[in-house]
Amino acid sequence: MYAYVIRRILYAIPILIGVNLLTFALFFVVNTPDDMARIHLGAKHVTAEAIERWKTEHGYDKPLFYNASAEGAARLTDTLFVQKSLRLFAFDFGQADDGRDIGREITTRMWPSLAIALPTFLVGLAVYISFALLLVFFRATYLDVAGVVLCVALMSISGLFYVIGGQYLLGKLWNLVPISGYEPGIDGVKFLILPVLVGVVAGIGDSSRFYRTLFLEEIHKDYVRTARAKGLPERVVLFRHVLGNAMIPILTGVVVVIPRLFLGSLIVESFFGIPGLGSYTIDAIQAQDFAIVRAMVFLGSVLYILGLLLTDLSYTLVDPRVRLE
Amino acid sequence: MRSWLWLVSLVLTACSGPLNNPHGPEEAGRNVLFSNFGPDRPKHLDPARSYSSNEVVFTGQIYDPPLQYHYLRRPYELEPLTADGMPRVTYLDAQGRTLPPEAPPESIASTTYEIRIKPGIRYQPHPCFARDETGRPRYIPLRAGDLAGIRRLTDFPETGSRELVAADYVYQIKRLANPRLNSPIFGLMSDYIVGLGEFGRMLQAVSRDLPRHAYLDLDRYPLEGAQVVDRYTYRITIRGKYPQFVYWLAMPFFAPVPPEAERFYNQPGMAERNLTLDWQPVGTGPFYLAENDPNRVMILRRNPNYRADFYPDAGEPGDAAAGLLADAGRRLPLLDEAIYRLEKEDIPQWSKFLQGYYDSSGISSDTFDQAIRIGPDGQPDLSPEMSARDIRLTTAVRTSIWYVGFNMLDPVIGGATDKARKLRQALSIALDYEEFISIFLNGRGIPAQGPLPPGIFGHREGEAGINPVVYRWQPDNGGGRPVRRDIAEARRLLAEAGYPGGREAGSGRPLTLYFDTMASGPEAKSRLDWYRKQFAKLDIQLIVRSTDYNRFQDKMLKGNAQIFEWGWNADYPDPENFLFLLYGPNRKAGKNGENAANYANVEFDRLFAQMKDLDNGPERQRVIDAMIEIVRRDAPWVFAYYPKSFGLSHAWAGNTKPNLMANNTLKYRKVEPALRMAYQARWNRPVWWPVWALVGVLIAAVVPAALAYRRRLMATVG
Repeated sequence: MYAYVIRRILYAIPILIGVNLLTFALFFVVNTPDDMARIHLGAKHVTAEAIERWKTEHGYDKPLFYNASAEGAARLTDTLFVQKSLRLFAFDFGQADDGRDIGREITTRMWPSLAIALPTFLVGLAVYISFALLLVFFRATYLDVAGVVLCVALMSISGLFYVIGGQYLLGKLWNLVPISGYEPGIDGVKFLILPVLVGVVAGIGDSSRFYRTLFLEEIHKDYVRTARAKGLPERVVLFRHVLGNAMIPILTGVVVVIPRLFLGSLIVESFFGIPGLGSYTIDAIQAQDFAIVRAMVFLGSVLYILGLLLTDLSYTLVDPRVRLE
Repeated sequence: MRSWLWLVSLVLTACSGPLNNPHGPEEAGRNVLFSNFGPDRPKHLDPARSYSSNEVVFTGQIYDPPLQYHYLRRPYELEPLTADGMPRVTYLDAQGRTLPPEAPPESIASTTYEIRIKPGIRYQPHPCFARDETGRPRYIPLRAGDLAGIRRLTDFPETGSRELVAADYVYQIKRLANPRLNSPIFGLMSDYIVGLGEFGRMLQAVSRDLPRHAYLDLDRYPLEGAQVVDRYTYRITIRGKYPQFVYWLAMPFFAPVPPEAERFYNQPGMAERNLTLDWQPVGTGPFYLAENDPNRVMILRRNPNYRADFYPDAGEPGDAAAGLLADAGRRLPLLDEAIYRLEKEDIPQWSKFLQGYYDSSGISSDTFDQAIRIGPDGQPDLSPEMSARDIRLTTAVRTSIWYVGFNMLDPVIGGATDKARKLRQALSIALDYEEFISIFLNGRGIPAQGPLPPGIFGHREGEAGINPVVYRWQPDNGGGRPVRRDIAEARRLLAEAGYPGGREAGSGRPLTLYFDTMASGPEAKSRLDWYRKQFAKLDIQLIVRSTDYNRFQDKMLKGNAQIFEWGWNADYPDPENFLFLLYGPNRKAGKNGENAANYANVEFDRLFAQMKDLDNGPERQRVIDAMIEIVRRDAPWVFAYYPKSFGLSHAWAGNTKPNLMANNTLKYRKVEPALRMAYQARWNRPVWWPVWALVGVLIAAVVPAALAYRRRLMATVG
């Protein structure tokens, strides 16, 4: 298994280089360093000299991929791509265009993202699986039909509606929780209730339906019939046997998400005022801060690859027949 | 045990005030202003770099330039802040001889501004001023282990302060030329402050050899145009005569920066902790930045070293009746703290204002109808819902203008020919900005009659102030009002321009014009459709060329746009700061100036050069009148509107008179915390029945399910 893990990590290197190259190319297709300078220098009194000074100060005065004026290897290394990208592989993200340290921002902002995403993920998973098993238990009854109709209805509503509706009802009309905000530590619990609740409710529809389908496939199999024949209570049949055997498709969708919980969510963070990484990325795109965009895309790729690796590893835990060679 | 403590803490938190209070329970009842910032966070808090309005909200309270705007008086009036009087202005000829104040501008080779600051002003407590027992700076240089455990500025155990001296002002002027800071006004000031451009080029050469965060000691390099005279006096020398320079002295760009602060922050390990002068300002102002988490909250706290500064005892007529002089003579600042929370979306911000958790608020388009009713007289007033909450409305015409510009380099719409001029005049009549203001601004604007908004010297009200090309004066019982000329007149002008019925005379080809804009998407669609409709009144086809910010800027710089929409916010309340937008040498294409229409008129330019050096008075008004008459006739712009700002504040928030020029108005603001708590408690009583109803629904759903489950377990085959 170790050889498999090492091989997967080595595979990741060309993928990350490719992602970096693609991000770099896409970004500079639509933004020149002059554009970036103009955005950062503002609308008033921007002179050509100021633009040149900004580019020099931020290292954007080099050619993109090939430096004809340099000598030897420097023709390739003294370029914007190499100078801005290589350090990422050492997780040295450098500074944003406003001068703030990106690594420090990421380590600061990932906790608020995690504070929302982790409880939403865990509570959501428990709720969705339980609800799906409940529907399976009452399959082909009016409760099952009503549950599926409810799921479809919930799926049909935009995520933004849950956010605004939740804020209006719980925060504004009933005055039970703050509408938005964030505080670190114990004082911040009151701010988490609403976004976590909204996140969980917003996911009930599609997740529960998906899990219900998985469980329904399992429920008619022989081992379930055997378990029942042995006299096991339905609770044990569902939560131990059916759930256990449906784990592989569940894990495929779930484990890959775990590392990316750090990256947060754009809509939730924006509307609930959560200073996480989701809003950090979008703000950077709007401000054309390439340093942050590049760092966040790189980090997202790393975490996605990590998630896929963890997913593969988790298969061996839930299904002893799976071997990673 | 820990979980019990957590639960107890949660219950105590819940019991200490309304459940939906986003502020901490310890903040209730304190002399604190609650406000918000966003959707963008401030980028720079260094006074040499910060220029955006969302940055000046903070830097304006922390840094003290030598001058400030009087809080209450209108028209806007400068007065000393840290200076002990207005700057002593001396005009010199090319030989350095003193000239009388009435000397003709062309004889003035340079002007000196000598500023004496008040002694005894002290900086906020800060580690850069801390001294050890031998009197040497405690943290400059940092000793081994000094940064261990330091994450924020407040983690430094020792702080100090010192007296403000004239050298700090000179140091900051030198910083404007520091290439690492990229000050937005360096280019402009290089044209005026003697030697600043050369100083910048010299610093660029010096800094090239220094490591990125190394300290660049500006005191080692003299600057001819900014010199220390004595401990409390400094002198700025500018080229020629530039009377508007005095307004810059009221901006944070000219506030003092202590060199030791820059030396302190430029040490190894500081930038990695985000401890930079750009993020942790050091000033002498009424507040200091106690917490700077621009992702969440920024807190300004009363500077314990703030000097004796008092609320003004005079304003303009009506201020006393409005209660704005109730605090006359009180020591400033009136607040202990101001807490600004980041709000990225309008809806949560507005809801919190209505709940009483923000003391004041602007009004977005989405919330306008909820907040404001337009009365039968066309005047805005509060809606019954707002009135019932004792909310107050303040309005002010902003020192800004929006206009539609014609690129004067364009072969169809531009140029000084009679044909092109009449085409532009026809379009000026056709674009009905009364309708635009009503539809898109909810009435928050005044149709513009010229380039100067109200409140700026040179603006004329009434019949004398209308644009006769576009409006005629219609007398009525109230004295009269401007009425837009009929569209038939626009059609006549269009025909005279060679486009009868919107077709080119001779060839018969339809006239097609191009509108270049950054606006796109569903929100912009209705506005762009409105423009099409206005042009269609003259049977002119308008093609909208939407593009992004960068492409748009590029087009403007190259002079490739044809018709565009643009706006300008005044840097200072002087007509020069508006009329220079039409000054020929200041054109955008090729010269990167602010004259976006690339307008050039010899007579206008001559009058501008004359006007900018004149003091406000009849002579200046006469010149301005002549200039405005020229641009009205030439019509390089469709003068669109002067925007109005609407602000709401709660009953407990006082001294909220809008001052659109001043940056440091926070020190005058006040709140009544007890009243605020009472209103908050009344408006935010928790409603529990939905919780019980939900529990009931869950029970109603679970019980039958549990019974069914039990029945199924008990069921037997057969």
